[in-house]
Amino acid sequence: MTGAGPSEFRMPSLGADMESGTVAEWLVQPGDSIRKGDIIAVIDTDKALIEVESFHTGVVDSLLVSAGERVPVGTPLALVTTAPAPARPSTRERPPAPAGKEHPRPAPGAPEPAPAPPSPPVTSPIVRHLAEQRGLDLASVHGTGPAGRVIRADVERAQARAKASPLARKLARELGVDLARITGTGRTGAIRADDVRAAAVRQGKPREAAVRASARPAAPAAAERPAQERRGEAMRQAIAQAMARSKREIPHYYLATTVDMSAALAWLRQRNRDLPVPQRLLPAALLLKATALAAKEVPRLNGFWIDDAFVPGDAVHLGVAISLKGGGLITPALHAAAGRELGDLMAGLKDLVARSRAGRLRATEMTEATITVTNLGDLGVELVHGIVHPPQVALVGFGKILDRPWAVDGLLGVRPLVTVTLAADHRATDGFTGARFLAVVERLLNHPEEL
Amino acid sequence: MARKNKARTTLNHELLRKMLRIRRFEERCVELYSAEKIRGFMHLYIGEEAVAAGVCQALSPDDTVVSTYREHGHALVRGVPATAIMAEMYGKAAGCSRGRGGSMHIFDVTRGFYGGNAIVGGGLPLAVGLALADRFQGRDRVTVCFFGDGAMAEGEFHECANLAALWRLPVLFACENNQYAMGTALAKSHAMTDLALRAAGYGVTAWPVDGMDALAVAEAAARATESIRAGAGPHFLELRTYRFRAHSMYDPERYRSKAEVEQWKKCDPIDALIARMKATGELPDDDLALLEKEVAAEIDQAVAFSEQAPLEPVEDLATFVCSPAPPPSGTTPVSRAEAAS
Amino acid sequence: MTEGTTTYREAMREAIREAMRRDERVFLMGEDVGAYGGCFAVSLGLLEEFGPERVRDTPLSEAAFVGAGIGAALGGMRPIVEIMTVNFSLLALDQILNNAATLLHMSGGQLNVPLVIRMTTGAGRQLAAQHSHSLEGWYAHIPGLRILAPATVEDARGMLWPALQDPDPVLIFEHGSLYNMSGVARPGPVDITGAALRRSGTDISLIGYGGTMGKALSAADALAGEGIEADVIDLRVLRPLDDATIMESVGRTHRVVIVDEGWRSGSLSAEIGARIVEQAFYQLDAPVARVCTAEVPIPYARHLEEAAIPQVSAIVAATREVLAS
Repeated sequence: MTGAGPSEFRMPSLGADMESGTVAEWLVQPGDSIRKGDIIAVIDTDKALIEVESFHTGVVDSLLVSAGERVPVGTPLALVTTAPAPARPSTRERPPAPAGKEHPRPAPGAPEPAPAPPSPPVTSPIVRHLAEQRGLDLASVHGTGPAGRVIRADVERAQARAKASPLARKLARELGVDLARITGTGRTGAIRADDVRAAAVRQGKPREAAVRASARPAAPAAAERPAQERRGEAMRQAIAQAMARSKREIPHYYLATTVDMSAALAWLRQRNRDLPVPQRLLPAALLLKATALAAKEVPRLNGFWIDDAFVPGDAVHLGVAISLKGGGLITPALHAAAGRELGDLMAGLKDLVARSRAGRLRATEMTEATITVTNLGDLGVELVHGIVHPPQVALVGFGKILDRPWAVDGLLGVRPLVTVTLAADHRATDGFTGARFLAVVERLLNHPEEL
Repeated sequence: MARKNKARTTLNHELLRKMLRIRRFEERCVELYSAEKIRGFMHLYIGEEAVAAGVCQALSPDDTVVSTYREHGHALVRGVPATAIMAEMYGKAAGCSRGRGGSMHIFDVTRGFYGGNAIVGGGLPLAVGLALADRFQGRDRVTVCFFGDGAMAEGEFHECANLAALWRLPVLFACENNQYAMGTALAKSHAMTDLALRAAGYGVTAWPVDGMDALAVAEAAARATESIRAGAGPHFLELRTYRFRAHSMYDPERYRSKAEVEQWKKCDPIDALIARMKATGELPDDDLALLEKEVAAEIDQAVAFSEQAPLEPVEDLATFVCSPAPPPSGTTPVSRAEAAS
Repeated sequence: MTEGTTTYREAMREAIREAMRRDERVFLMGEDVGAYGGCFAVSLGLLEEFGPERVRDTPLSEAAFVGAGIGAALGGMRPIVEIMTVNFSLLALDQILNNAATLLHMSGGQLNVPLVIRMTTGAGRQLAAQHSHSLEGWYAHIPGLRILAPATVEDARGMLWPALQDPDPVLIFEHGSLYNMSGVARPGPVDITGAALRRSGTDISLIGYGGTMGKALSAADALAGEGIEADVIDLRVLRPLDDATIMESVGRTHRVVIVDEGWRSGSLSAEIGARIVEQAFYQLDAPVARVCTAEVPIPYARHLEEAAIPQVSAIVAATREVLAS
């Protein structure tokens, strides 16, 4: 049992632009045994709710930061006694117990943890008083104050459980809406069906919500702006900071090339012909794979500019720009994209989009992208002038695949063309490197069988 | 004279057979109750057999009977098979009420036996209504309603005596005055204990009868029913009798003395009839032995049948709460009572 | 009164008359149904047409004549027993519960009781506590009975015949405030198995019956003026309850106000509320609300009585509350 001792679990950096985060939820308690890779907390980065995993195996000694508290990246969040974990099911399979209030349960077979002083949530005395009066666990209250702090209104709104009508609960389940993030418009703050429908519309589920919306006259308007709206603003702020930093610090250069997609599309049609509909590939899969392989071939564009030096990525993790329907942008990573088969890449992309929009991404997906791809072709855009996501050094943009006149072997023909652009950090590479990268992309798209 | 003696012999034999069947059946019931084959409340008629035997002796097969919760005897002598009664007490599907009634709710509509009513006085209005239906439909039959001295304190008796007399309905009120309303002696619950006289106050023809003498009961009942059939309206017989056993299966009998019970047992209606028949030579020993043997065989068979009879499936718990869906409007349903008659 | 319309009272009388003409086994029995013409004049003129045997005055002996009605039904007749009011039916409760409702089951299916018992129910006429009960909810508690509450002239006219065809006992509760109501009543039987939607809306389900129906409909009119459209359900059959119609409505409106002139505790409204929670819980977008009679014996003074029993304003207020909560 050598090497046993407490390790700190710190607020992870879940994006280059992330300076602080809020512990949205603890999924473990002091005394719980955890294994490396177990999801132990949910962190709110203002861009998304991210499930974060432990990098240690051991027993949770104490939680240093309460749910709802916002702290800078790197702040210790918990102490983990790193000892070999007894064989037991993952903590995820047990319902999370309310944090803080009860005496920590020692894990069976685990050493008795030192009693940790309950970490006081960052709240005002009146809020703590109110919570105590109502028997509320502050850690379970969703904060809507500055930096996610629990404010008086939150306590007043919160009951032991969100007050929601049975129909609202059912709709929330069906529409994938989190009741804890809705402000009810009922007289006593109860969440009603219309509140859920409205939230679903804001979350980008307007179609289902509309189908379920009744023709009832509007209920009395909510006095407060829903939490969802505020959340959108926080994300906007985060994007603003990151992009401003990029434009301020990164000397961009931009290159573009037009690629004939005839070969790629013909190959795709041929391949899809034998596949059932759900497994068919979209052109986006080819573009991603081509980008990934090109980044592998031109590694100077695949990595980070940190402390005035280029740090290459360990593999090609493609950041995929995904717009959220409620507004905002998120760029989770498709891991090790260069080595993945096209079908796998396609499935990964679908999964990533779905989970992004449901607000359930893994921490690594948020941090590890080595190069970003943005594909606005679906929206009709022909040409993307991107902005590099720091600390990455390159962003590849794809426009719409359009039939256009095109000279082939001295004759004019009509070909499906796509404009590929590269925005890159001139500190890390020069235009020559960028040109080489685009040439590889073009070559691969002309020889899809290599993808 | 010879003819009359012969007829009389037949009547005595019939009365004796009726009473013995009741007595032996109930004695077996005590055993079975003790063995937990029969459960619930079980009220025994032992000591009162002359009343059921005598009154029913006067009835024709078409006549109807409404009874009380102490009704095994009435049911048996009205022809409800011992097997169906015993199976009912066993709670079996083959019981006359398919195991839903038990000891207190013996019904057999095919024999005009309308229960089996466990609310004291509760059967009286039914009897009045059955008689009213007979009047409407021109049926020449008598409805006998058995009830106890306890029921005479219930409003339903007084309402019904008045109503039946008012409408001159063909009802025979057969009041089994066994001296106790459960544990309360007659004199402790009635200011005026001459029950026949009280009934007469409603304009009902009424008189008291020695309820320990089967022959006297039979004769009184014959006179009453004859008069009722002739259109003289309801009659009332106060049948003075005594139950030898507890109100229900067992009770501490604090309300009466052992000496009183022993005194009444000396008037046992079965012993009395046997003694009388032996004295006149109507009942040789062999005849009595044969009679006992036949009765025992009937009861053995009822018990054997009930033992092996299946239970009603629990899935059928809710059947008979309501009839199957009512027929479409405009059609005329036929009730079971009519189908049977 | 315009041509083709009739009153609830006349409709009921016509129904009795028709039944007695059609079926010789039908007779009417009760206190003052004959020479007096019925306490509420429902049977006025029937004695003259059918004679004293079939329109039969009884002594004030509720247990005896209700029980005699049961006995006569057992004996093959189709009696209509009139109990003057529900208040006096308590004197016959033993017969209704211990005999009428149980004989079929207790006899293992041998004894049907094809009996109809009619009685007046309800408050609202300054008759004070002993003449103002609404106990139909009690009776609806009892298996083996069918409980009807005609709220319209059409139902007053059409429910009796099918009730007489039912092989089991049927209790018909006529709210005392309805006898003078006029409306159109086509001859011919009506359904006695289900509820009826008296008005269709999308925002709230108002559930009532009998004497509360008019109030529920008035409340729906008032609410429509505020842009609130109510489904108004007339239960019509209080036992067995028509769950399907109730749940269908709740499935559309997601909000419910139950109007019941019975006392709240252990009432029919409580039963309906519980069933909605059991069967349509995930359709509810607001707590179920009830407008019931205050838990007091009904007082005599007009203003007190009005305060005690469900009123249109209370139904409107309850609806607004449900829509806001």
